[in-house]
Amino acid sequence: MNKCDALIIGGSAGSLDVLLKVLPELNPALSFPIIIVVHRKHGADSLLPELLAGRTSLIVKEIDEKEPILAGTIYVAPSDYHTLIEKDRSFSLDCSEKINYSRPAIDATFQTAAEVYRDKLVCLLLSGSNADGVNGLISVKAWGGTTVIQDPQTAQVAYMPQQAANFAKIDYTLAIEAMAEFINLLS
Amino acid sequence: MNQELVVISDEQVEILLGDLLEYYGYDFTGYSKASIKRRILRLYGLDKQLSFAEFRYKINNDTAYFKRFVEQITVNVTEMFRDPGFFKTLRDTVLPKLGTYPLIRIWLAGCSTGEEAYSVSIILKELNLLHKSLIYATDINPAVLEKAGQGMFAMSQMKQYSENYIQSGGTKDFSSYYTANYSLAKFSDELKSRIIFSTHNLVSDHSFNEFQLILCRNVLIYFDRDLQHKVLSLFDESLEGLGYLALGSKETLDFSPLARNYKRVPGEKIWRKVS
Repeated sequence: MNKCDALIIGGSAGSLDVLLKVLPELNPALSFPIIIVVHRKHGADSLLPELLAGRTSLIVKEIDEKEPILAGTIYVAPSDYHTLIEKDRSFSLDCSEKINYSRPAIDATFQTAAEVYRDKLVCLLLSGSNADGVNGLISVKAWGGTTVIQDPQTAQVAYMPQQAANFAKIDYTLAIEAMAEFINLLS
Repeated sequence: MNQELVVISDEQVEILLGDLLEYYGYDFTGYSKASIKRRILRLYGLDKQLSFAEFRYKINNDTAYFKRFVEQITVNVTEMFRDPGFFKTLRDTVLPKLGTYPLIRIWLAGCSTGEEAYSVSIILKELNLLHKSLIYATDINPAVLEKAGQGMFAMSQMKQYSENYIQSGGTKDFSSYYTANYSLAKFSDELKSRIIFSTHNLVSDHSFNEFQLILCRNVLIYFDRDLQHKVLSLFDESLEGLGYLALGSKETLDFSPLARNYKRVPGEKIWRKVS
């Protein structure tokens, strides 16, 4: 596999538990950024970044618009905005129409990242109850990136990774226990 | 599910933006690239364009299609009382402070289809300030302003808007502000009576008045840093001393040199001009 310049993890229902299990096992000196896009309810101050920060010594922060994307940091997509990746490897936010009933939409981040990071992008789609992320994975593949899904049999809600397996070309299918090691080896 | 991978290159995006500037005087070159490209790709797919050449020709030669293009590449998603906490601060802190002025001038920049203008109008009415307020609601896009002027929004949204309204500190019956007309809710003319809808392009147009409150929420996110600075200067020129500037929940004045002249209202993306 090519050197990884960014890992993007998308998920919906049932994905938080996976993240909470995987994060503590991650190498604290990752040579690439991790961008997390999970569906969640739009509320005032979300506790998600804080919750994740408690499980890792990597820096965890909610994304700010126009922020440069740096290695060794875990970025969490804010609720009620789509997170897009700019060519200069910074974030921009967008509050256009929901996609797949979702904002943030995993597709929006996967698709814009696909073209920027090309064969140095790895996208992982976790448990979830709709098909958001599937079109994104198709784009990732088309631009030469690596596609990974949570093994649907290990997912609380299998629909999302199963749809990905049905419609996109998937390079790796991982059980939860295998994810941390897989990610650490991308470094 | 099987989507076609429609591809327009970055160079082709630049060509389209160059055309818009040259033929129509619309300058989108300072917009965030990922977002505008996504909008263009979306429209390209939506209208099932056969080729880039044809798409470009149509934009440059068919006025109706050009209008559609501008309408579709700008984001017009908005709602009433979006981020209720923000509107609560307007109601409890900002507008009562402005209530001492004989005439309150408010600029709502990038008002889209008007949902926020009507939200502000409702709060002003409840604070008994509407009669001495003027809301200048502007947008680059004439089509959305026409819709805003009608004051009619989808009935299906009213449950959400009513919840937002209550969370923002509203205590009246929200449905008393509109009459239901099949699938549409028509807001009362009184709310509209103090709103002036007008086109204004933040990229190219100048300041047109002085205001005590400028709201521009979720517009700057679509601009690159340089354009953000330029637009923030325009707001600064248009804001009276002790006036307020309100931005979207993920936008900030922090990176602007203007920040030192402003004091932030705690907990909200609202800044007061203090010098």
